[in-house]
Amino acid sequence: MSIVLQAKGISKNFHDPVTIQVLKDVSFEINRGEFVSVIGKSGCGKSTLLYILSTMDTDYEGDLLIDGVAMRNKKESELALVRNEKIGFVFQFHYLLNEFSVLRNVMLPGLKLGKYTEQEVEHRAMEKLRVLGIDNEAHKLANQLSGGQKQRVAIARALINDPLIIMGDEPTGNLDKKNSKIVFDIFNELAHELKQTLLIVTHDNEFAQSTDRIIEMEDGRIIRM
Amino acid sequence: MNTKLIFTIAKSLLVARWRQTLVAAIGVTFSIAMFITLLGFMTGLNDLLDGLILNRTPHIKLYNELKSTPNQPIAISDKFKNNYNFIHSLKPSGTRAEIYNYGAIIDALKNDNRVFGVAPKLVAQVFYNVGAIDVTGVINGIDVEAENKLFYFQDYITSGKFIDLKNTPNSIILGKGLADKMLANIGDVVQVTTPKGDRIQLKVVGYFQSGLQDFDKTQSYASLTTAQKLLGKPSNYVTDIQIKLTDMSLAPLVGKEYAKVFNLDAEDIQTANSQFETGSSVRSIISYAVGITLLVVAGFGIYNILNMMIYEKMDSIAILKATGFSGKDVNFIFISIALTIGFFGGLAGLISGFGLSMVIDNVPFNTAALPTIKTYPINYNPKFYVIGIIFSLITTYFAGLFPARKASKIDPVVIIRGK
Repeated sequence: MSIVLQAKGISKNFHDPVTIQVLKDVSFEINRGEFVSVIGKSGCGKSTLLYILSTMDTDYEGDLLIDGVAMRNKKESELALVRNEKIGFVFQFHYLLNEFSVLRNVMLPGLKLGKYTEQEVEHRAMEKLRVLGIDNEAHKLANQLSGGQKQRVAIARALINDPLIIMGDEPTGNLDKKNSKIVFDIFNELAHELKQTLLIVTHDNEFAQSTDRIIEMEDGRIIRM
Repeated sequence: MNTKLIFTIAKSLLVARWRQTLVAAIGVTFSIAMFITLLGFMTGLNDLLDGLILNRTPHIKLYNELKSTPNQPIAISDKFKNNYNFIHSLKPSGTRAEIYNYGAIIDALKNDNRVFGVAPKLVAQVFYNVGAIDVTGVINGIDVEAENKLFYFQDYITSGKFIDLKNTPNSIILGKGLADKMLANIGDVVQVTTPKGDRIQLKVVGYFQSGLQDFDKTQSYASLTTAQKLLGKPSNYVTDIQIKLTDMSLAPLVGKEYAKVFNLDAEDIQTANSQFETGSSVRSIISYAVGITLLVVAGFGIYNILNMMIYEKMDSIAILKATGFSGKDVNFIFISIALTIGFFGGLAGLISGFGLSMVIDNVPFNTAALPTIKTYPINYNPKFYVIGIIFSLITTYFAGLFPARKASKIDPVVIIRGK
């Protein structure tokens, strides 16, 4: 099994107002096709870790390898390209652009990558929406959808470039029981049927129990993995 | 960088905030329109006022100055060579007012490709007889056609036809002020006395009005032949040669050259009327200053609106960056928003500026000083329009630069974690 993501001795300090070490020498690996959840109490550093792994936060010590390539010393535009091509994001909040239709929202990262023509990207986006069961809403504006639907659109957007790994920061945190279940089922399906690698930060233990592997954190350290 | 995608995003951000966009664009439109109108109007007025003098002033005037010779006999004498000589009460004598062999000079000038045109002139001092009273004045003997070509003579003729001066023998065109004083109507015969005491009768064929009251009270025009007859001089008697050049700025240089070649005195327009150029350039500077000030104000408006847009669109910017748009892409999005506002606002400004200029161009403007001007003058120089659109693009670019840079520096982690 190949390693998709590797963290080597990652530490991070917050300096404001006093220096606090939030991550202490965190090391782990994620293999292709794994469905991993990160759990821990509030403030244990699990979200901070996720944002470092996502390449958006570059202020850390240690090394991060995505697909075998070191992310340290990469320029901002190069990191943007990595995020575009290899990482899909699902946040607690959907972050859809209200000016665009649902379809267009899903297409944006694909158009940015520029690997396929616009027609192909559109076709692929429709395909993803169909898989997630919201292809009927494709031409609505993003703000006309319900919360659960929006989150599914966000998942479709994360999938558009067939990323190496999908990262989620409390993706069910804003949803009710029913929609959480739907989103969770989608993740399960992605992991087990499409062999999609997933790394989900959550505080929902029930959710975490049904993933392949749980990383538990406490006070900036991994205590179980 | 996917330019088309960037433009699509910029466009939808613009359309989503179309009211603010419109306000920003109207700011640019207003300032560009004012800029165009102001410059067109100012330059139009400048041209008019300058033309008042410059159109009628030759670029170079060749004449014989009344002066004593610089080579006095005592300086030539060997006997006093080593002395320093003082001569008191020196008077000129034997100076001829006419230009010797003027025909040959005019031919030579016409072959010079720097010269646009040449007109000979004869200035005669006369007394106009109004009943028992004599009014002093000047009759300018002119080559009617050349004068019209070079100095737009017919523009100043308020009644009558300028060409009658050539076609009617012994005719005169009187200054309007002078005609009023003499109670002379067109077709009347007026009498003038020459300095030598001869009395001559001339037929009035028209009035002219130069816009300079004092000038109109003393001056009148007759053909060269009439003026020569008046003074009892032969047909080669001419006192001035007036020259217009193709490039006015060469006048001082060319003037000096001609003075040397033809052994005459030369007066160039720059020396004679230096105050006009100063006035024009100061007025232009004021117009540009006002125009640019308006644009800068509009620029601040765009800056504010873009800043607001960035605060509203923090989330969008954050997710764009999270999904792979670089800081450069975000920067480009906001710069193109600013430039779009600048371009379309500027374009609308050019059109409304042109419209406003047309309106002013049709507003009646009657003044006794300017007989041929019926409406306010406007200059439609395309240069102003080019400058206008370039200014609007530059201003909006700079107005967008700082907000765009701010947007490109937004840290998506801060936004997303802040939720």
